[in-house]
Amino acid sequence: MTVTERKEIRKIEVYDVGEGALKISYGPQHPGTGHFRLIITVLGDTVLEAEPDPGFVHRGEEKLAEYKTWITNIPHLERPVILDSAGIQYPYVLAVEKLMGIEPPERAKYLRVIMAELQRIASHLYWFALYGVFLGNSTMFLWCFGDREYLVDLTSLIGGQRITHSYFEPGGVRNDMPSKVPQPLLKEFNRYYRMVMGNDLPADAEQLRKYITYVCECFDKRLDDYWDLFFNNELFISRTRNVGILKPEDAIKLGVVGTTLRASGIKFDNRLNNPYDVYSQLKFEIPVGERGDCYDRAIVGFKEMRESCKIISQAAEMMPDGPVKVKQHPINIRVPAGEAVARTEAARGEMMYYVRSEGGDKPYRVKISTPSFRLIPAIKYLLRGEEIANIPPIYWSLNYWPVEADR
Amino acid sequence: MYPQTRTFFPGYIKTGIFGYRFADSKNIVSMVEENEVPPRKVDETIARYGVEKVHRVETPRGVEYFLYRFRNFRLIRYLLNWGRMASLFPAHITTACCSVEFAATHSPRYDPERFGWLPATGSLRQSDVLVVEGTVTSKMAQRLRLVYDQMPEPKWVMAMGACAISGGLYAKDSYNVIQGIDDILPVDVYVPGCPPNPSTFFQAILLLREKILYGRVA
Amino acid sequence: MSENVLTVVTELENKFGKALLEKAVDTRKLVKIVVEVDSLVAVARFLRDNYGLDHVKAVTGVDLSRLLKKEDKIEVIYHLGSYTRPELATADIALSTKLDRKSPRMPSLMDVWPSVEFHEREVYEMFGVVFEGHPDLRRLLLPEYWNDIPPMLKDYEPPGR
Repeated sequence: MTVTERKEIRKIEVYDVGEGALKISYGPQHPGTGHFRLIITVLGDTVLEAEPDPGFVHRGEEKLAEYKTWITNIPHLERPVILDSAGIQYPYVLAVEKLMGIEPPERAKYLRVIMAELQRIASHLYWFALYGVFLGNSTMFLWCFGDREYLVDLTSLIGGQRITHSYFEPGGVRNDMPSKVPQPLLKEFNRYYRMVMGNDLPADAEQLRKYITYVCECFDKRLDDYWDLFFNNELFISRTRNVGILKPEDAIKLGVVGTTLRASGIKFDNRLNNPYDVYSQLKFEIPVGERGDCYDRAIVGFKEMRESCKIISQAAEMMPDGPVKVKQHPINIRVPAGEAVARTEAARGEMMYYVRSEGGDKPYRVKISTPSFRLIPAIKYLLRGEEIANIPPIYWSLNYWPVEADR
Repeated sequence: MYPQTRTFFPGYIKTGIFGYRFADSKNIVSMVEENEVPPRKVDETIARYGVEKVHRVETPRGVEYFLYRFRNFRLIRYLLNWGRMASLFPAHITTACCSVEFAATHSPRYDPERFGWLPATGSLRQSDVLVVEGTVTSKMAQRLRLVYDQMPEPKWVMAMGACAISGGLYAKDSYNVIQGIDDILPVDVYVPGCPPNPSTFFQAILLLREKILYGRVA
Repeated sequence: MSENVLTVVTELENKFGKALLEKAVDTRKLVKIVVEVDSLVAVARFLRDNYGLDHVKAVTGVDLSRLLKKEDKIEVIYHLGSYTRPELATADIALSTKLDRKSPRMPSLMDVWPSVEFHEREVYEMFGVVFEGHPDLRRLLLPEYWNDIPPMLKDYEPPGR
């Protein structure tokens, strides 16, 4: 590295750009962001220009995928979004299934839906926990993480791990869920259930299928408390109402996804518009916002958690018995040559995979188009002309997860 | 703009699973400053400093030596250490995905505040512990070292997750990941797992407390 | 649903017959249209204005040099999507072009779809493809001092291999 190149690096850390404007590095070590940097030009208290600088967690997943086999790709491909790992495995598995021309058994499809929705709730809870912290509501952090633990327990009971379960595989899921809930977990959950619902768990909660519905029922009730504490709180409303408005036409132009898109009033959700697996048989609604401001984005996420609860209880009831995978794959399966695209709705929005095979035991090319990467233009656009104090509400309302964006 | 050599990492962050793992912390500090440091070969630097002496602590001399001895009288040392151990403030720098479980450790179920571990403060000048939460990429490595240098003494480092320890899943074939942060920082506690279970991380907090309580005062 | 996509392909064939190099139509997997570089912008505009394909989901670069059927080319694929026309939501339509691997240059589609801004920057640094007309073609994800060839090319071998 030469001196001039090093000066280039240093130049962005700081400085006076003339006419009273300053260039400031916002992150990566900053309580308002975290593994993400914004280079903002400010004039007084107003942001003139915000330039996103991702790449602090770029680990080269796409290159890595070309060196690993089809099955061993699954664990490392879920690392970009470990808080929603089902969401990022899902399209990969679907794309490989399309190439192989196999269809998973019915029970596996339901198990996938349950897992994906559980992680969607867990991911949204993480979002609101941090949103709460950065708007000065630390209670939200404690509540969200306290309740998230029960959902994570359920995930680990089904998938075998708290968050990085690698549960999905081409042609089904890795293992069936157990039929019974272990007693210590039941006792732990009973305490929580009694606190929220006011009565003990019914006797049939020992069955995991029933237990899932009780967890959802309990969590759905708990969301009322969230509404009172956070979403209907005057402090929250005053910081987010009419802040960072994204109009529908701009949302389309920037190609944003997920809650951000739906908060702007566009009803697009892959579960509804491009149904995969068993989503076409389930009944649920897609919440849509009106104004497209930070508050709407949060409320859409809040309502989505309710809908996810509904989906999980339905799926747990409708789930048939039977095998959970087509067959036990060897570790080095060969996938027929071709290219396929699969899209699903992960917690943050549309997750897309482009997978190309050459007929070998390794992919030729795996492209991951993550929702967070597609939200970067929205950050750039929304922060322009805002006050510095509005950066945290806007940034966190987008539910942007830098690890996912950088891959 | 770029020279045609294949040294894509500068000398101080030379990685590779079969190569030497090595860092010269002085170089990284000076890199941040203006003066020119030519990228060195790994072998040269090892010949000069030796691999194990990378994070060498200078022995105090003169008056400082007596102060050092005074602080290390058993009772005084114990009292100082007890105070340090009982209120640890981690600095807020999230490097990768382990931050999910790091945050989950602060949930009411685990509650490390019982042991004086207070969740992230805003300022580095008030922090004691640097928790490296996961993978460190080469873009983040410089900033991580900057953050470490800005923290006041005494300070401790925890390497959380397999990636921070050895590169983990990215130990091979990844072009942008530092293979273990002991290349750039002196680590006190390693927390295994990918990501570590909150209870594992909790044990690491207790271990760090133990280490501080029975360690020497610099 | 699949009829909608097939009409798009046939109409495109009628209008830009010569510019269409290849097409791979499989409504379940991917509908890909490979066009010449010169007529890429015209095709993109045609698709946007007439079929409501209003945003780009991803821009993928593929290095074709290690395929079984070797080609010394880099393929750049634009995955298109539509928010305004829900009947196209199930289709995976992709517009693609092939570039020379020695000096890959192509016109930027920033004017057609503003959503490609960061996607094109990524392809630029990962494959070295220069997008002419892109307002801000700079490094995005890699560290500032990267001085090797673009990492996603098949020639690049990661360390430890």
